[in-house]
Amino acid sequence: MGNLMAWIDERFPATKLWNEHLAEYYTPKNFNFMYFFGSLALMVLVIQLVSGIFLTMHYKPDAAMAFASVEYIMRDVPYGWLIRYIHSTGATAFFIVVYMHMLRGLMYGSYKKPRELIWLFGMFIYLALMAEAFMGYLLPWGQMSYWGAQVIISLFSAIPVIGDDLTLWIRGDFVIGDATLNRFFALHVIALPFVLVFLVIAHIIALHEVGSNNPDGVEIKKTKDANGIPLDGIPFHPYYSVKDIVGVVVFLFFFSVIMFYFPDGGGYMLEHANFIASDPLKTPEHIAPVWYFTPFYAILRAVPDKLMGVGAMFGAIAVLFILPWIDRCSVKSIRYRSSIFKANLIMFCISFVVLGWLAMQPVNETITFLSRLFSFLYFAFFAILFVTSKNEKTKPVPDRVTS
Amino acid sequence: MKTASIKNTIKLFVIAVMMLPAIATASSGAHLYEAPIDINDKESLKRGAQAFGDYCYSCHAASFMRFNRIAKDLDMEEQDVRDMLIHTRSKKGDPTKIGDLMKVSMTDDYAKNAFGTAVPDLSLAARARGADWIYTYLRSFYVDESRPTGFNNTAFPDVGMPHVLWSLQGLQEPVYETVVHGDVEVEEISHLEPIQAGKLSHVEYDMFLGDLTNFMVYMAEPIQVERRSMGWKVLLFLIVFFFFAYALKKEYWKDVH
Repeated sequence: MGNLMAWIDERFPATKLWNEHLAEYYTPKNFNFMYFFGSLALMVLVIQLVSGIFLTMHYKPDAAMAFASVEYIMRDVPYGWLIRYIHSTGATAFFIVVYMHMLRGLMYGSYKKPRELIWLFGMFIYLALMAEAFMGYLLPWGQMSYWGAQVIISLFSAIPVIGDDLTLWIRGDFVIGDATLNRFFALHVIALPFVLVFLVIAHIIALHEVGSNNPDGVEIKKTKDANGIPLDGIPFHPYYSVKDIVGVVVFLFFFSVIMFYFPDGGGYMLEHANFIASDPLKTPEHIAPVWYFTPFYAILRAVPDKLMGVGAMFGAIAVLFILPWIDRCSVKSIRYRSSIFKANLIMFCISFVVLGWLAMQPVNETITFLSRLFSFLYFAFFAILFVTSKNEKTKPVPDRVTS
Repeated sequence: MKTASIKNTIKLFVIAVMMLPAIATASSGAHLYEAPIDINDKESLKRGAQAFGDYCYSCHAASFMRFNRIAKDLDMEEQDVRDMLIHTRSKKGDPTKIGDLMKVSMTDDYAKNAFGTAVPDLSLAARARGADWIYTYLRSFYVDESRPTGFNNTAFPDVGMPHVLWSLQGLQEPVYETVVHGDVEVEEISHLEPIQAGKLSHVEYDMFLGDLTNFMVYMAEPIQVERRSMGWKVLLFLIVFFFFAYALKKEYWKDVH
């Protein structure tokens, strides 16, 4: 066995990689609940890749056959229903886990120097994930698939001069049709998964280069023992691998409750209208995107002008990219930051959730007013952060992690 | 001063968030009757399948469903399902196969001529519309001479479908009331009143619809009984596994201080 490893190590750095990324990757010992979501996101990615492969074995990316092929998977393919529900529940789980992971970053300042690139890679992962989810949702070819894609793609027509040609180029047809379905399938199962996996690798390599942040926002590499090992660090494997297994079991419990007992998530994960085959001549009464896009959809609807609305919607995502430079406070963790920052972050989270809820309601005056109010508050977070973080009244940060 | 303004901001948010459910209920739709669904009641599902075969199937298809799936799931003999649901032959003249999908021979063009619209496939109707809606819809036909079929429906105004169950339910007539919307007075249907009895009593008709709706709920997702039964086994396994995983974590972490 030892000989075999030596033989491999002379030709491929297996032991070196294992040590650098697991057995000798020193991780702060004070991770809390919020730190489960990174490894969970990686696991959900694998779940989606594997279940997706099995779905493509039976799915037909053809406008005339797509809807029926999904029902074929649900009824005639042995355990096809299980694979399909794993994949559809996995999409929702992916966003829940990623939103929690991003919130963790906001709370403990994980995007700050020297981790700006980790944050940027992460934001590109989020962007790719949204594209992946959007294109995946077209594939069942139900009414919501069709009209949701219709609404989102038509947003690009708001762009001056090139708008109409651009939407035509994206759709590959004058309406959403077979050409659109085929290209979305190609992007969903080949292009974007490649991009996602590549970005996740970059995200992890960057993380392991600088080391993990922690709930105290203290750099553990500053205090090392005689062997150069951080005093507050423990090897990721076995300590966090065994701890993350506990997180995985708890996560899978909730995942299974949803998947086995509420697979359509009350109409928020598999929308009711999506059980009707797509019909280009019949617009559903009420088009709402799947829940994980709704906060941005609410911002879009809040702005009266279409181009400005599209700008605001993309701006809401774009502004997150430059967060490491908006936040000018040197203290990382929320534990040692001012009450202004705490209130600002709470306000931001509430705005995000409320915007998500607002986008699912049929438009009326009150809903529009509230959408505008909370869109304003969403952006206000970044403005307040930029202004107040420069000379923020912070508490003293300890030299070592606290627990 | 600063903490006071933060507190005020938080107060404002709490109030705004608390307002939301009130806004949501303000925009709810028409009243639906609650369908008596019991997906484990195979006798009810069999009666529902019979009703579906007698009154729905042949205009409506259920083209994602196979005949023999019904036999398997409802513990029926294939011959019984054949007698209940299959009355057609293939183009060659052979009897329709028990493993076939429940399609119909009516074309969309024919349906558009006859009813003004294509007849929707009912495989997934219960997932698209909801059981309560189907149950309510089938109770809500009333006599309306202005419609080509002679019937209208409170749950689905100006529906193209005739009241195929009229001989069972009998006939109903609308009772109007005056409702004030702002400063406009509108005549609206308050409820429906029977004017001619059908073959079934009220209670019998509701039970008949309950069985039919139950069958449609089953048909929309035939795997649902197995899904739930697999679910609790998986959850049980995860609970047991949790204790092992937690003990392992405890064991490793006892030397971390």
